[in-house]
Amino acid sequence: MRYLPKSPADREAMLKAIGLRSVDELFAPIPAEYRLSRDLRVPRQMAESEIVDYFRERSRENGEGYTSFLGAGAYAHYRPVIIDSLISRGEFLTAYTPYQAEISQGTLQSIFEFQTMICELTGMEVANASMYDGSTAAAEAVMMAVRLTGRRSVVVARSLHPEYREVLATYATHQGMPLSVAGFGDDGRLNLKELEKSITAETAAVLIQSPNFFGTIEDVAAIAEVAHKHGAMLVVSIAEAVSLGIVEPPREADVIAMEAQSFGVPIGFGGPYCGVIATREKFVRQMPGRLVGQTVDRQGKRGFVLTLATREQHIRREKATSNICTNQALVALMVNIFMTVYGKVGLKELAKQNLAKAAYAAGKFAKQGKVLFAGAPRFNEFVVETKEDPYAINSRLLGHKIVGGLPLKKFYPDLGNAALWCCTELTTRNSIDTAVGLVADRDGSAPSTKEEAGVEEVAR
Amino acid sequence: MKDRIRKATRHVNQNEGLIFEKSSAGKAAWRLPPLDVPEVDPSKLLGSSARKDMGNMPEVSEIEIIRHFTRLSTWNYAIDLGMYPLGSCTMKYNPRVNEAVARVEGIANGHPYQPEKISQGALQILKTLSECLIEITGMNAITLQPAAGAHGEMTGLLMVRAYHQSQGNARKKILIPDSAHGTNPATAAMVNYAVENLKSDSRGMVDIGALEAQMSGDVAALMLTNPNTLGVFEQDIHKIADILHAKGGLLYMDGANMNALVGKVRPGDFGVDVMHLNLHKTFSTPHGGGGPGSGPVAIKKILEPFLPTPVVVTKADGTLGFDYNRPQSVGRVRAFYGNFGMFVRALAYIQANGPDGLRQTTEDAVLNANYIRKGLEGAYDLPYSTPTMHEVVFSDKLQAKKGVRTMDIAKRLIDYGFHPYTTAFPLIVPGALMIEPTESESKEEMDLFIDAMKSIAEEVEEDPQTVLDAPHSTRVSRLDETAAARKPVLRWKPTV
Repeated sequence: MRYLPKSPADREAMLKAIGLRSVDELFAPIPAEYRLSRDLRVPRQMAESEIVDYFRERSRENGEGYTSFLGAGAYAHYRPVIIDSLISRGEFLTAYTPYQAEISQGTLQSIFEFQTMICELTGMEVANASMYDGSTAAAEAVMMAVRLTGRRSVVVARSLHPEYREVLATYATHQGMPLSVAGFGDDGRLNLKELEKSITAETAAVLIQSPNFFGTIEDVAAIAEVAHKHGAMLVVSIAEAVSLGIVEPPREADVIAMEAQSFGVPIGFGGPYCGVIATREKFVRQMPGRLVGQTVDRQGKRGFVLTLATREQHIRREKATSNICTNQALVALMVNIFMTVYGKVGLKELAKQNLAKAAYAAGKFAKQGKVLFAGAPRFNEFVVETKEDPYAINSRLLGHKIVGGLPLKKFYPDLGNAALWCCTELTTRNSIDTAVGLVADRDGSAPSTKEEAGVEEVAR
Repeated sequence: MKDRIRKATRHVNQNEGLIFEKSSAGKAAWRLPPLDVPEVDPSKLLGSSARKDMGNMPEVSEIEIIRHFTRLSTWNYAIDLGMYPLGSCTMKYNPRVNEAVARVEGIANGHPYQPEKISQGALQILKTLSECLIEITGMNAITLQPAAGAHGEMTGLLMVRAYHQSQGNARKKILIPDSAHGTNPATAAMVNYAVENLKSDSRGMVDIGALEAQMSGDVAALMLTNPNTLGVFEQDIHKIADILHAKGGLLYMDGANMNALVGKVRPGDFGVDVMHLNLHKTFSTPHGGGGPGSGPVAIKKILEPFLPTPVVVTKADGTLGFDYNRPQSVGRVRAFYGNFGMFVRALAYIQANGPDGLRQTTEDAVLNANYIRKGLEGAYDLPYSTPTMHEVVFSDKLQAKKGVRTMDIAKRLIDYGFHPYTTAFPLIVPGALMIEPTESESKEEMDLFIDAMKSIAEEVEEDPQTVLDAPHSTRVSRLDETAAARKPVLRWKPTV
């Protein structure tokens, strides 16, 4: 086996040194009746070239070469080449959590820079060194608000990513945290009247997303006012990090729970991604996840360490702020390098291109049909309503190697034939024009029921 | 003393400030293509939501970024540099083909919501890896959704709770041995179970008498790490399982130490009902400085209705798809399907090994740990003489007489060119030195390690101060952690 650095003679010598005759003796503590006396039924040992071929084949079966208009929490942005050059360095790739600070200063300093940039972009005072993803970060941020307020119930915007809502529901079930949902208005924004109605003296947190699942930018200040008036904390989830280059961050929030995938992380069929929690300094001791702090060594030289570990499971066990241990460090490093590459000016220009592409596409769609939620500003996603079933439309688009917008009926049956479209800086004018043309192709003429049967199956 | 250090040599590395200290207006590392659609005016489109100020984001050039992170990288220790004997962390070689295949176009760029018709490649990877892991663990079904070990623990306990609820009583407690990882009790609390500690006996195993006494109709499950954190295989595992099952409880296994078992014994065969795996330990996906991980949860049939949604299924037409219609599911634990990129790497690892390679890997991991145990016996106190598997736990009892503790020895080990072992864990061994070499170490590397550890033991006798002041060869000496926690500085700020 090519990963094992021992010759048969080495093994012999080692067994002899231990005083054993065969390796089986090392497994004697396992009761004989449980020991496996056959080969595992897994694929046979493969050559490196065979492994590469296997995955290339899987790749060809996996949307290779398609133009996609999907966003919805997973965004296609250009990844500068140096991200992979740098994260492929073994010293980053194959290091453990930086508990031994003296030989982990590289990881520690880069996390310190990451925390700083997340603070700069979100307008918060402290940020942690990553959570699993945007969905779990949102759930953990809400639990943080529950601890801080001593209250238990939570109001969640219906315009929060539906899968984030599902994750929160899973986390909340056994914490005795009642959840209520506040809907959205005709402009796609959280309905403030519904919020007022749902919020009570028991509400620990209001959880919203901005830009929300429909791409609409929420009126965070107005929502914060309502939440704070009732003594609740405002948790804002940001799923499209590139928006921070041009959209005012939710500075009125008490906690921001972010998904940083947009910053240089491959879409990768949904993971690994990079969740982050950012908040006010005064809340830091209830924040989950690792934190890096600056300090000095015995000679007074600047250095960095993992700090405030008394919040964490390896010290506090069942009284910890969270059970999180392994986080998304290497992905956070991708994010860190991406933020450094684009920096102060580039992030803004990048976001501006996203804004322009989506505005152009939405304008084109508006001429052919209906773009919903036009009454409020949006970033790089928008909702198109068609007469034709969006699954049928997508089925047609697939034939042209285009993946159309996400049909919303699965999550929002009341939105009927609406679909969520996304454009980024990578979306070309040509592909927008082609897609709009293909969507318009049939729209207006009702498809026969015969054609309809099966399209959902194909396009799902 | 320094002439004893054979593995490492001091060499120059570069100083490097924070990236913000290199920034100046007008430098850039990016260039966007010309816009092919009309320009927009953000203040017109966004109104008051338009961002006014980008704060202190850096402005630097590409070469500066390359040098910055390359210099930082040279300040890290890594598996690629040498043995990383952290007990319970399984720091094994991270094969590079794993990284290559994870970056193949359709795998790196597939969208989680693209139609199933054009997701068959990803679905096939999910299915094949699931089948391999089910076979390796001897369980009946699996979810790949949890993002890390602790997340898997939570998912597993959610299923335990859902199962008991379906039986009419969610029960109140989880039993956890005193040798367990901190994530176990923290997880039980997140699922709203009370934690009850279970004592270890003089062999370092679960005290069967105590278990019998503590087991009741209130206990939902026992969370057991096997081999446990001493590296000891719970020999009475069948009795443990029987005691739990007799009173309707479930046996949860923390699979952190699965590297001792793959291909030799299957938890499903010895009575485990639910367990998580750490793909970043046993299955070679890189630790990356703290993550990402992946924590699949394998289960017995009785727990299958409760799996998180969605579940991969083969449809009537033979293609693969996701099943969301699972009324008894515990729900989602993460958006999308889990850390897919880690599944690709883990499957590539299984393929590179095959059944023979996986078995040899386990044998080598156990052989290596026992070789080190033999090599260090006498030089360090071995608190439990019970045979051990893939790791061994010594204590600093002998060295403590000279005022030298496990952390000091660990720091001195750095000067010898090694990453420290796990210190002060498990909690049942005061001053623990927890050593797990994994299968990735050659005899030469381990001989150097044994040599280094023995040499440090001698230093403790002859010149303890050298050990107490260690490390001597790193760019920073021991850092003031107390000051860092008392007045936290968690971000850079410009000097005014």
